[in-house]
Amino acid sequence: MLLIPCPWCGLRPEIEFSYGGEANIARPADPAALTDEEWGAFLYLRTNPKGRHAERWRHANGCGRFFNAVRDTVSDFFETTTKPGELPPSGGKS
Amino acid sequence: MQRFSALSLFRQGLSGHRGWRAQWRSPEPKAAYDALIIGAGGHGLGTAYYLAREHGMRNIAVLDRGWLGGGNTGRNTTIIRSNYLFDESAALYDHAVKLWEGLSQTLNYNVMFSPRGVLMLAHTVHDVQVFQRHIHANRLNGVDNEWLSAEEAKAYCPPIEIGRHLRYPVIGAALQRRGGTARHDAVAWGFARAADAMGVDIIENCAVTAIHRDAAGAVTGVETTRGTIRAPKVGVVAAGHTSVVMAMAGLRMPLESYPLQALVSEPVKPVFPCVVMSNTIHAYISQSDKGELVIGAGTDAYTSYSQRGGLHISSHTLEAICELFPMFRRMRMLRNWGGIVDVTPDRSPIIAKTSVPGLYVNSGWGTGGFKATPGSAHVFAWTMAKDEPHRINAPFTIERFRDGLLIDEAAAAAVAH
Repeated sequence: MLLIPCPWCGLRPEIEFSYGGEANIARPADPAALTDEEWGAFLYLRTNPKGRHAERWRHANGCGRFFNAVRDTVSDFFETTTKPGELPPSGGKS
Repeated sequence: MQRFSALSLFRQGLSGHRGWRAQWRSPEPKAAYDALIIGAGGHGLGTAYYLAREHGMRNIAVLDRGWLGGGNTGRNTTIIRSNYLFDESAALYDHAVKLWEGLSQTLNYNVMFSPRGVLMLAHTVHDVQVFQRHIHANRLNGVDNEWLSAEEAKAYCPPIEIGRHLRYPVIGAALQRRGGTARHDAVAWGFARAADAMGVDIIENCAVTAIHRDAAGAVTGVETTRGTIRAPKVGVVAAGHTSVVMAMAGLRMPLESYPLQALVSEPVKPVFPCVVMSNTIHAYISQSDKGELVIGAGTDAYTSYSQRGGLHISSHTLEAICELFPMFRRMRMLRNWGGIVDVTPDRSPIIAKTSVPGLYVNSGWGTGGFKATPGSAHVFAWTMAKDEPHRINAPFTIERFRDGLLIDEAAAAAVAH
């Protein structure tokens, strides 16, 4: 089980969290203006990198708040976690 | 190819079994082939086999960054069934079951296909309704599936506890008698041996590091750790690493990779006659011919390439197994491991051409690809050879996510995801 550093509560066990998938995928402001290709890409295409991954988590069974993390998907090591709106030192791109 | 038979076994016995030869070569990669398969698992080796046998393409190679059969082919729980809800899925998975039925004879290699029956337990009224819907849909598609009461399920699989005191009592079950198990390693070895005999080069320890394309964007070959290999057609059958390989051609895929765990117990005498699955409490179990209980657990919550999963995931499954089968409470688990599965949003695979000419992909099998191995390989070989899908895999495109034509087994499948 992973220990995940919630930016508010500190290191907590993984079962307190729910996973929110890849971070920084902004919902298009005007979905109706998109082509099917673009809308399909927004909904379904993911980077799924082997290595650094910017992702969202929610401390669902704790403080209840969302946050962003950068994790290495090979070692599962959390490089950093940040509150929403904050940029990690690395810029948050995977 | 040295054919296997009772007679050849007898003859080798007379000479102390010193005459057996290696079952496939270990060739150096050539500079060019007519087609390349990336990934020497069951699906990839099977694709090469059907390309050679049914489409006459023998100047082809299968590349793998490790050894053949070392990925999910050797890590799954070997369950075979075709009781999927939707017409597209039923056609695809039943195509595979039909090929499984004759595979040992076709390959002259005992893949130990054992149609011992797959029993899926219903614990809630919702389960009963869903399974009965599946049974009706399956029978309309010519796929066998039948309803058993709890008592009938117990008669079919005596170790099941059907007492009403359970937190999730067994109130019935769906049984696919043609479902069962096969020896997973033997599938990879059988396909490898048969493909090699037709001239297919299987090149192990050869990682693909780039995909080369010409000015028009078409595939011209790949760069590997053992040099450049040219080919006008490249099929990616890389399971959990599909996103990584497809990114080499600049493509983003509707895939996420998760660790999926399995575990086996110490071997015991035959005690368990079939495969039992339970969606609601998430456990599936069978007994291998070596006597080990083979148990499948769930995926982790987060994407990862770590090939190991959280202990709480497998503990959860073992708790469910102990509740359903009290006789296993003192069994000891010998080994557990993880594989990386590539999961699509609708939990149906992608077996298709891509937007890059000459690049084909067979992926997204998620938590249940082993059962489809020969069927998947057969229709993917067709797709690569003819540059158009077989009618069975025609719905399993990448474009279905653009067009909204999902094959939503995520919601409907007879297994929890």
